[in-house]
Amino acid sequence: MKTKKTSTEKSAKNSGFRSLLPCAKGYWLPSFLTPIFIVLEVTMEVFIPLLMAAIVDGGLYGSPDFTLRKYFSAELIADKTRFVIILGGIMVLAAMLSLAFGMLAARTAAVASMGFAKNLRRKVFEKILSFSFKNTDRFSTPSLVMRTTADINNVQNLYQQMIRIFVRAPVMMVLAAVMALRVNAELSVIFLVALPIMFCALISMGMIGKPRFRVMLKKYDKMNASVQENLVAARVVKSFAREDYEKKKFAASADDLKKAQIYAQKLFSLLPAIQMGIMWTCAVILMLMGGNQVFAGTLTKGELVSMLTYTNQVVGSVSMVAMIIMMLTMTRESVTRINEVLDEVPDITDNGSTLKVENGEIEFRHVDFSYSGKSDNLTLSDINLHIRAGETIGVVGGTGDGKSTLMQLIPRFYDALSGEVLVGGRNVKDYSLYELRESVSMVLQKNMLFSGTIRDNLRWGNKDATDEQIEHACRLACAHDFIMSFPNGYDTDLGQGGVNVSGGQKQRLCIARALLKNPKILILDDSTSAVDSRTDESIRAAFRESLPGTTKLIIAQRIASIMYSDRIIVMDKGRISDVGTHDELMQRSEIYREVYLSQNKELPQEGGTVSGGNSSSDTKGKEAVTNA
Amino acid sequence: MPKMPVGRGNPAARFAGNGRPANPFKTMSRLLKYYGKCRWMFTVAVIMIAIYSLATIAASYMMKPLVAVLEEASITPDAAQAKYLALLIGMAGLYVLSVLTNYCLNYLMLKCSATVLCDLRKDMFDKMQNLPISYFDTHTHGELMSYYTNDIDAIRELLHQSITQLIISCISLVGIVAMMLILSVSLFAIVVVMGFVVFFTVKFIGKKSGKNFARQQKAVASVNGYIEEMMAGQKVVKAFNHEEESMKAFDVLNIEFCSAATKANTYANIMGPIMNNLSHIFYSITTTLGVLGLVTSGSVLIAFLQYIRQFAERISQISQQFNFVLLALAGAERVFKLMDVPPEIDDGDVTLGLNAHGEKVWRVPNGTESGANNSVTEIPLAGMVELHDVTFSYDGKVNVLNDVSLYAKRGQKIAFVGSTGAGKTTITNLINRFYDVNEGEITYDGIDVRRIKKRDLRETLGMVLQDTHLFTGTVMENIRYGKLNATDEECIRAAKIANAHYFISHLPKGYNTMLTSDGANLSQGQRQLIAIARAAVTNPEVLILDEATSSIDTRTELLIERGMDSLMEGRTVFVIAHRLSTVRNSNAIMVLEKGRIIERGDHEELLRRKGRYYELYTGMFELS
Repeated sequence: MKTKKTSTEKSAKNSGFRSLLPCAKGYWLPSFLTPIFIVLEVTMEVFIPLLMAAIVDGGLYGSPDFTLRKYFSAELIADKTRFVIILGGIMVLAAMLSLAFGMLAARTAAVASMGFAKNLRRKVFEKILSFSFKNTDRFSTPSLVMRTTADINNVQNLYQQMIRIFVRAPVMMVLAAVMALRVNAELSVIFLVALPIMFCALISMGMIGKPRFRVMLKKYDKMNASVQENLVAARVVKSFAREDYEKKKFAASADDLKKAQIYAQKLFSLLPAIQMGIMWTCAVILMLMGGNQVFAGTLTKGELVSMLTYTNQVVGSVSMVAMIIMMLTMTRESVTRINEVLDEVPDITDNGSTLKVENGEIEFRHVDFSYSGKSDNLTLSDINLHIRAGETIGVVGGTGDGKSTLMQLIPRFYDALSGEVLVGGRNVKDYSLYELRESVSMVLQKNMLFSGTIRDNLRWGNKDATDEQIEHACRLACAHDFIMSFPNGYDTDLGQGGVNVSGGQKQRLCIARALLKNPKILILDDSTSAVDSRTDESIRAAFRESLPGTTKLIIAQRIASIMYSDRIIVMDKGRISDVGTHDELMQRSEIYREVYLSQNKELPQEGGTVSGGNSSSDTKGKEAVTNA
Repeated sequence: MPKMPVGRGNPAARFAGNGRPANPFKTMSRLLKYYGKCRWMFTVAVIMIAIYSLATIAASYMMKPLVAVLEEASITPDAAQAKYLALLIGMAGLYVLSVLTNYCLNYLMLKCSATVLCDLRKDMFDKMQNLPISYFDTHTHGELMSYYTNDIDAIRELLHQSITQLIISCISLVGIVAMMLILSVSLFAIVVVMGFVVFFTVKFIGKKSGKNFARQQKAVASVNGYIEEMMAGQKVVKAFNHEEESMKAFDVLNIEFCSAATKANTYANIMGPIMNNLSHIFYSITTTLGVLGLVTSGSVLIAFLQYIRQFAERISQISQQFNFVLLALAGAERVFKLMDVPPEIDDGDVTLGLNAHGEKVWRVPNGTESGANNSVTEIPLAGMVELHDVTFSYDGKVNVLNDVSLYAKRGQKIAFVGSTGAGKTTITNLINRFYDVNEGEITYDGIDVRRIKKRDLRETLGMVLQDTHLFTGTVMENIRYGKLNATDEECIRAAKIANAHYFISHLPKGYNTMLTSDGANLSQGQRQLIAIARAAVTNPEVLILDEATSSIDTRTELLIERGMDSLMEGRTVFVIAHRLSTVRNSNAIMVLEKGRIIERGDHEELLRRKGRYYELYTGMFELS
């Protein structure tokens, strides 16, 4: 396990943005068209100053020699008005073409990058859906959400900038430089000096700036985290009258952030000055040297002006390149985080087996389990247990004793570290995940309903369920009556997280959803804790009567919920401490007795008035004890 | 927690609803007031901006004499060369000035904006701390957080970028127009046309883009919302083999997002090339018409052409910044609105003090309402709490409490039992004055709690809530939260009382163990023990335990109970519990239903009475 983890990390580090490129599938055409359009746009753009020089020199000054002279006939140049109109026409046309290509590029870039992001988002989401619980635990839910939202957003922007500006800046730089060379090679030497200086200045600034920015962002996150903490704990703050203390604490972190912000951005207030400084130094030197050439008659005035424009274009594109490099480094972390998800190997995969689960028999053979995958920190150790199909089994134990963990091995939410888990007489690994989980229905402790109607949520259990089947399941789970009490009945809309229903109602809906699967094994992980004991008993009675063949495993805090199970498992620190009926355990298991007594200090001796009558009335008094 | 209409923190709705500030000028002037503290720096910065803008414009103007000298070159070469050099030095000087002022203005504006932003944050946080708890009850954390992230971020952009850019652009635009008019009135006519074209193009695209961005924002919200929901419920997805369906639903949302984002980004992308190429087109037209005879001198044309680009750039900058400014002002407006929420009033005149013997006493001023009399009566702090016919409603319509009367004194444990919404927590909310009673009164040692200064009142009340809410920091710091000047020994003593010392000293770093915000490194029960220790260190007269042990298994609860019992000794204790085993040994149990006390008495009495408590206890009635 350890080696596997490090290898994932390594591959994530090695595979950069390139490994995400296959996501551009289906969008290759716009991805390639964008740079082509941009090259065309830039070509037109760098062509205009040259035309301008020709129009000024030929049309205005009537210079005998200028850059584009050889492309025009002598008669045309002689007819100044016609010459100017034709050249002006070409110029406007070039600008129009540039506009057209620019707009096309804008469109194709949007199509390509959004399409790329769509595919990437889908790929990441699909990958995450294939994760086992263990994979998910490794990342944590908020981190996965961030990777699928914010990080992909960053990468999407990067992709867009890459196919647009990454092409534009170098092409502009090269083409403008080439044009400048054509106009006047001697003057173009300036670029050779200016460009490296500019580049070094920007890169070193980025290098100095990056750690400072990182510090700033960290401070910013820290401040927001503490604000969040403060908001969530508003009641605590107020009840301890700690408002002033909190204000002081916040002021300190705000001041801290301010300092970090000034420290980081100070550098960037220098940036435009440096850029302008270099650009203008070039311009002045150009004017100086160029002016001398004009005096000497080797350069026309129009050419001098066009050289100035090229200087702007060249120097401007350098800062664009620098910007992209910075953007690349900033996005690198997002890329790495996404790659980590994509490179994660789902540690439980489907084997495509067509084997069917025969019955609800369960067996654990020398099962060890640990969340960390290390054998020195076992959550479960040496579990041996045989459960017959149709049995009702209660599981008790304290928080952290491994009850939920044990149950989660049955539908293979996790795999045992060593030993075997068998369902229906065969190792759980022999079944396809789909088949196994169709047969094992688990109502989780931290359960969840999704946005949509009650019916939508219930259909999770069986998407083809008829209304009758749904109603039947809800009756078994004692949910039908309260559902019908809602104005819209089964079509009541549940907000995100199921906010419209109370805790007990939510639990009953989750049970109904699990029942709709018609499972061979039903696991309830503390699923009736918010349900009153009478309803709890009715649900159990319904299970007894309607699901005789289903193996039922019930984890509960309340002894009353599991007292009448066929057998009860007592878990203690990852081991099965004892197995037996209630009476047996009351006699021999100290833990069980302790739990029992903690809930039933002084039993009321009378209690026969409890109605329901599903079980023998003489035991009712013992059962009807506490409410959780 | 009181049931109140809770504002949903729906990001899409928030975004769509508040795109435009209602009163931009008022908001702007209020925002500018924050510059008061650094007004000199700001003034200097604005002066720098003016110098910078004018210097760049002047430098561009230098092209005219420079080219003119070049034109003269054929006539008087030597004189022209000397003049050219002189002019060039002048131009270089202007450029140096521009560069220097540019750095100064950026640095000064950075300092100003960082200061303003910092003050704004502090102000907002301070105001928020003073808000009554009802505000927190009616707003989601997400909503409140978005003030600190979305809104403040928008304001940061405004302060840091937009304001500087806008001032530069406006000053420059005036300068550029003036220069153009000086150079050539006839060429300027072209520029006027250009100005209109640029303005309307930007406006048109801005409108389209805004509409599409709103659509994109909505699509983003639903995709991200779906992702969040599915990730949160991932275990359920797995348990129900629901991967394929999830993928299908996701695809629908993802495709809608892609199409919205493509449109929105197309419009955003298109802005650059359009502005850029519009200026090229006008540049070409101006050149052509200029050469054709609108101007006589090449030097004028060349100088004029310099301004064409700058003009287009400035106009597009102003129109683009304008959108950011509106967005930021909308954010600022929300922030100011939050700041204007009336704070929790704390006008009590009864304070906590020490008497001559060093015992805690309430100092009650004897003065009449005019306050002329300075003498005070000292009432010893005894922890006697009485409710007299208290009626209360959160929304003014439905009464949550009706005519509730009870009393509790030192050494007594009073329990409240009842279903959610019965009013159990509300009673404690009234005792510590998170809310104030509508009718009746609550007295503390005979004093109406509304007369007691809230801070002092709450100093004497210890609270342990169901959600522990520990803070990022060490275990020691978290315990000390109860009493900021507590020594380490006091904190450890409190931990011992809470039965927490044993496990804390077995943590890898003992009392210096850092707690993470999600508390991943401690169990629920351990966190609760720390919260109990935190309450113990305050040594409160009155202790309120609101569902303090609900999320702990009963065996662990037994451990905590020992801590609780020693904590409760010699205090007035109010207990709210779902689990009836927790309240059994109370001196009095109040059964609440729909805001009324329907039964009261101790455990034995209530069982004998065979009323609602009996029904609850025997499981005939569901607590929800």
